[in-house]
Amino acid sequence: MKEEVRLMKGNEALAHAMIRYGADGYFGYPITPQSEVLETLEAEMPWESTGMVVVQAESELASINMVYGGAACGKAVVTSSSSPGISLMQEGISYLAASELPALIVNVMRGGPGLGTIHPSQADYFQAVKGGGHGDYRLITLAPSSVQEMCDFVGLAWDLSFKYRTVAMILADGIVGQMMEKVVLPPQRPRRTDEEIRKQCPWALTGAKGRKPNVISSLELDTAQMERNNERFQRTYREIEKNEVRVEMLDVDDCDYLLVAFGSMARICQKVMENAREEGLKLGLIRPITLWPFPYEQIKNAAKKAKGILVVELDAGQMIEDVKLAVECKVDVEHYGRLGGIVPNPDEVLDALKEKVINKKK
Amino acid sequence: MEINDIIKPENCVYKKPTLLNDTNMHYCPGCSHGVVHKLIAEILEEKGWGDKAIGVSPVGCAVFAYKYVDIDWVEAAHGRAPALATAIKRLQPDKLVFTYQGDGDLAAIGTGETIHAANRGENIAIIFINNAIYGMTGGQMAPTTLLGMKTATTPYGRRVDLNGYPLAISELVAHLDGSCYVTRQSVHTPAAVRKAKAAIIHAFENSMAGKGTSLVEIVSTCNAGWKMTPAQANDWMVEHMFKKYPIGDLKNE
Ligand SMILES: Cc1ncc(C[n+]2csc(CCOP(=O)(O)OP(=O)(O)O)c2C)c(N)n1
Ligand SMILES: [Mg+2]
Repeated sequence: MKEEVRLMKGNEALAHAMIRYGADGYFGYPITPQSEVLETLEAEMPWESTGMVVVQAESELASINMVYGGAACGKAVVTSSSSPGISLMQEGISYLAASELPALIVNVMRGGPGLGTIHPSQADYFQAVKGGGHGDYRLITLAPSSVQEMCDFVGLAWDLSFKYRTVAMILADGIVGQMMEKVVLPPQRPRRTDEEIRKQCPWALTGAKGRKPNVISSLELDTAQMERNNERFQRTYREIEKNEVRVEMLDVDDCDYLLVAFGSMARICQKVMENAREEGLKLGLIRPITLWPFPYEQIKNAAKKAKGILVVELDAGQMIEDVKLAVECKVDVEHYGRLGGIVPNPDEVLDALKEKVINKKK
Repeated sequence: MEINDIIKPENCVYKKPTLLNDTNMHYCPGCSHGVVHKLIAEILEEKGWGDKAIGVSPVGCAVFAYKYVDIDWVEAAHGRAPALATAIKRLQPDKLVFTYQGDGDLAAIGTGETIHAANRGENIAIIFINNAIYGMTGGQMAPTTLLGMKTATTPYGRRVDLNGYPLAISELVAHLDGSCYVTRQSVHTPAAVRKAKAAIIHAFENSMAGKGTSLVEIVSTCNAGWKMTPAQANDWMVEHMFKKYPIGDLKNE
């Protein structure tokens, strides 16, 4: 397959990207607003073209544990779901992290808590970046804000995940999953051969032929060893924090006030910036692309010149906690968010900025 | 004759399989787990499958199965072994993939994964140790605990009105179109051990041949959990367990 320009939904782009970035296996269970991922894969029949395995599992519990089995074999495996399904997966994610396995998990967030709504939300931020499962672990968390990024981040997530043997999550929201845009699909990246997997992942379960047996286990009853294991995980996380922060900065050097938003909200904030400029108000936008590792330094530096910051999220105020940590109370940080699946329009965001940040200053 | 005159290679009639390493087992004396581990190691070695096999160990007393049998293993979350095995076998169809699970793991928390893996006809073998109790956590009621049986959570005996009925999950799996071989065995006598071995060989062959899901239930003793001597536990199993869980093939296609 060659590079191709198509018009499609974010969810469809995810599916095409999985095939084209050489996925070995997808395991998933239907849930709105991301069911198009599994549907597209089943329609594309990649088992006939690339040999990729696609399984509709009986639950998200099963899908994440299928991912665990596949990841233990050194395979490039992925599951996708939306918020309630991701909650169900937390035990499995913790096991993957503890076993230092590479894997990709996609959450196309919907409103919660509970069964909540099928409409978009960003309220799983804490769950993704602070660890939703048990124990001290982190997920490399990428937040796409376009259909193109839904595609590109599949490749990026796998590269990072295999590099650090750390689970990667694409944290999208229902808007990015459902909206249609132009996307450039990459040319087919061949799936790795068994030989390549053995070389890249000498720890993988490939049958103990000509080598000592490999064991993947998260269990360690020797507390001293368990502490050393945890210290090793933490060293990896520090390495990732050092090397892998990604952030987009728009007009931050020449602005009075800063907006901070990720995913679909960053797109809306771009319109807010345009509208504000027409009124002679200069706004900058910081869009964290990696939610973990979080761009603390970048935000801290950009905030030095700003008179105030508005964090715009589809939740009751989650990422704002990290923004506040970044600016160390040196700048006023306020939050604007809509809940329950409602998406704010640019005018109401600008009004909120005036009311909560600009006029508060006077 | 001196003992050292007897211990000579030419007099060897039986030896421990080399795939079963020398790590001290954590199992209680009298427990069935150790015997079944030995059978698995013996079979893999005799058939030359050791470098093709990938085992999935459970959460339960057999959680450390990977410490004793020298093949590739992954340790699953409680109940999820068949989901892991599904992916492993689909992604590496040339491998011999099996799970090793207790009754709590397979028939309580993991019932969904058991039923659906078998219903999809995944080409895996499931070795199922039914000791009618949660051995690892200190002897609580399992789904397979017999009526009237005393456990840590049924101190006055299992009651239908409080706890429901013992679950014969192998019968359930035998009903599914995706299962090809379902059998119930035990390892309390040399003859039983030989039959159990033949059953596990057949299940492993099915996995390699891609014939569907095989389930080998081993009706087992947990003398520590049952608070009996090993000999008493064997007798008790024959007298009580075999009534609810009769030995023999349930399905062989
Ligand atoms: C999610 C989860 N719940 C509970 C436990 C605690 N737990 C560990 S082993 C076990 C029961 C195991 O019993 P069984 O599967 O019958 O195996 P046995 O020890 O009898 O061989 C339980 C409840 C756990 N580890 N994980
Ligand atoms: Mg048990």
